[in-house]
Amino acid sequence: MSIQSLELPEQQAERAGWQRPMTLSEQILSRAAGRPVAPGDMVVVAPDLVMGHDSLSPSIIKVMRDQLGVDRVFDPEKMAIVLDHVSPASTVGTANSQNIVRAFAREQGIRLFDVGRGICHQVLVEERLARPGMLIFGSDSHSCSYGAVGAFGSGMGTTDIALIWATGKTWVKVPPTIRVQVRGRFRPGVSAKDLALRVCRELTIAGATYAAIEYHGLDWLPLEGRQTLASMAVEVGAKAGIVPPTGVVTEQLLPPAWLQVHEDAVYEQELVIDLAELEPQVARPSQVDDVCDLSEVAGTEVSVVFLGTCTNGRYEDMRAAAQVLSGRRIHPNVRLMITPASSLEMQRAMRDDTLSTLIDAGATLTTPGCGMCMGRHQGTLGDNDVCLSTGNRNFRGRMGAPSSRIYLASPEVAAATALSGRIAGPEQV
Amino acid sequence: MSRVWKFGADVDTDQMVPGRFAPYMRPDKDVADAAFIEARPDFNREAVAGDVIVAGENFGCGSSREYAPLALKRRGIAAIIAPSFARIFFRNAVNLGLALFVAPDLVDELQEGDQVTVDLSAYRLLQGERAHELPALPDFARAIVEAGGIVAYVREHGGFPEVQS
Repeated sequence: MSIQSLELPEQQAERAGWQRPMTLSEQILSRAAGRPVAPGDMVVVAPDLVMGHDSLSPSIIKVMRDQLGVDRVFDPEKMAIVLDHVSPASTVGTANSQNIVRAFAREQGIRLFDVGRGICHQVLVEERLARPGMLIFGSDSHSCSYGAVGAFGSGMGTTDIALIWATGKTWVKVPPTIRVQVRGRFRPGVSAKDLALRVCRELTIAGATYAAIEYHGLDWLPLEGRQTLASMAVEVGAKAGIVPPTGVVTEQLLPPAWLQVHEDAVYEQELVIDLAELEPQVARPSQVDDVCDLSEVAGTEVSVVFLGTCTNGRYEDMRAAAQVLSGRRIHPNVRLMITPASSLEMQRAMRDDTLSTLIDAGATLTTPGCGMCMGRHQGTLGDNDVCLSTGNRNFRGRMGAPSSRIYLASPEVAAATALSGRIAGPEQV
Repeated sequence: MSRVWKFGADVDTDQMVPGRFAPYMRPDKDVADAAFIEARPDFNREAVAGDVIVAGENFGCGSSREYAPLALKRRGIAAIIAPSFARIFFRNAVNLGLALFVAPDLVDELQEGDQVTVDLSAYRLLQGERAHELPALPDFARAIVEAGGIVAYVREHGGFPEVQS
């Protein structure tokens, strides 16, 4: 492991005034800024890790070289490039662009995860590059996913990332924090995706704009559930979405001592969600906060079911679907596309009967990566297709034809829907 | 004379440039040609340099794709006026030197097809005899936009604008 340890020198900690109760975002940004910060402060920070993917890296390289006139990246050890958005290349243009990125990574000594390795947000967690307390920026809006391991992760565009590659620095406005307090445990057939969609329903699509979210009461939630939840923070406009490192994350990833939940920290808003009352949730076309209980849309005919993405493409998601599909065949009018979030997740699903169960049921398996999430390849939707996806975005035309429609739901609902050809929950099939 | 293109709330970056039309997917095409290609074909055909986008809350939500504001910038959009912008879009647009204005009252006053002229140097929008004031962005963003974008700013000043807290 070459990423530097997240030390906070003692005198800096003193200067940072850690006595003042801070949210996790404020603590992480204080350390990265080298001084105590408060919501609303504009600070120049040095991130611990910067991620670029194939979709924007060609343009990031161009901005860094041609516009900023910089030849070498600031520190290849603090960087990762993942080829996942079109994986593998589908056109001569994307193939050429990927070759440019490969050559750049080799020349600069940047770790590169090539096509087939998986989705950037999954890979960086698997490789233990994303760790608690880190400040991480990525060229992908779902970089908030790193909040699953207790990092402050946030998405940026081409020019911002090019500036970090060139200088190692960027500017941020310190966000206020919204506290999501979760009570109870999931009922059978309900999972982290339903909680994530419920948060979208309650906070609404712009409800957390410029803010950070902290999710509490989830010490029991496994890592994959935290990834599902944190990945969708951006869908309500949030800059970051952090699950405090506890349980399995603490055991495996050893959070720095200075990263602590302060019960007296000041939150801008609190949202309480009681899981005992939570039913499976579905986001209707074409806005992520148009979320209802499953019963309201049950029976809607679909032509495609997609299981995958940084939100729900892990082993546990495939396993949950396999349990519903075991020994049965999907509806003849439905295409079931499965794109594992990474090669490791796919291998996990190969070690038991998860993958064979899914393929026996009629699923089509594609290369690990982003898959059809943004409509570029591996199952692009045609005119009037109706897709139920385990992904995170249902904007009009995102997965293909502008007349196609996208519903978002959990892997359990996805599997039941693939069986019946109509939106359904596991207990209806 | 230029015109107003009015949009609703929560216009996402997939509407501005669908992922299938990204420069990554079409390296030999100008992304400006893909601006609102499916969501607003009339805009895609007819929008010209100097035109103004007036939109509802949360303009630019969704993906971090900078080619969305880049398409609007290359198209020559003089200003985007909205009650609020999504975070990543705001950064991307400011970095590209695209003029954004947070002005809820103006959004209500301006209608689809209104003939207007933007005078950025005076922070004014002229509509017939009337001159609307365009509220300046916070100093940090304003310095970047006035320099023509963050690349131009950094090349000129050797670093980011002064930050204060």
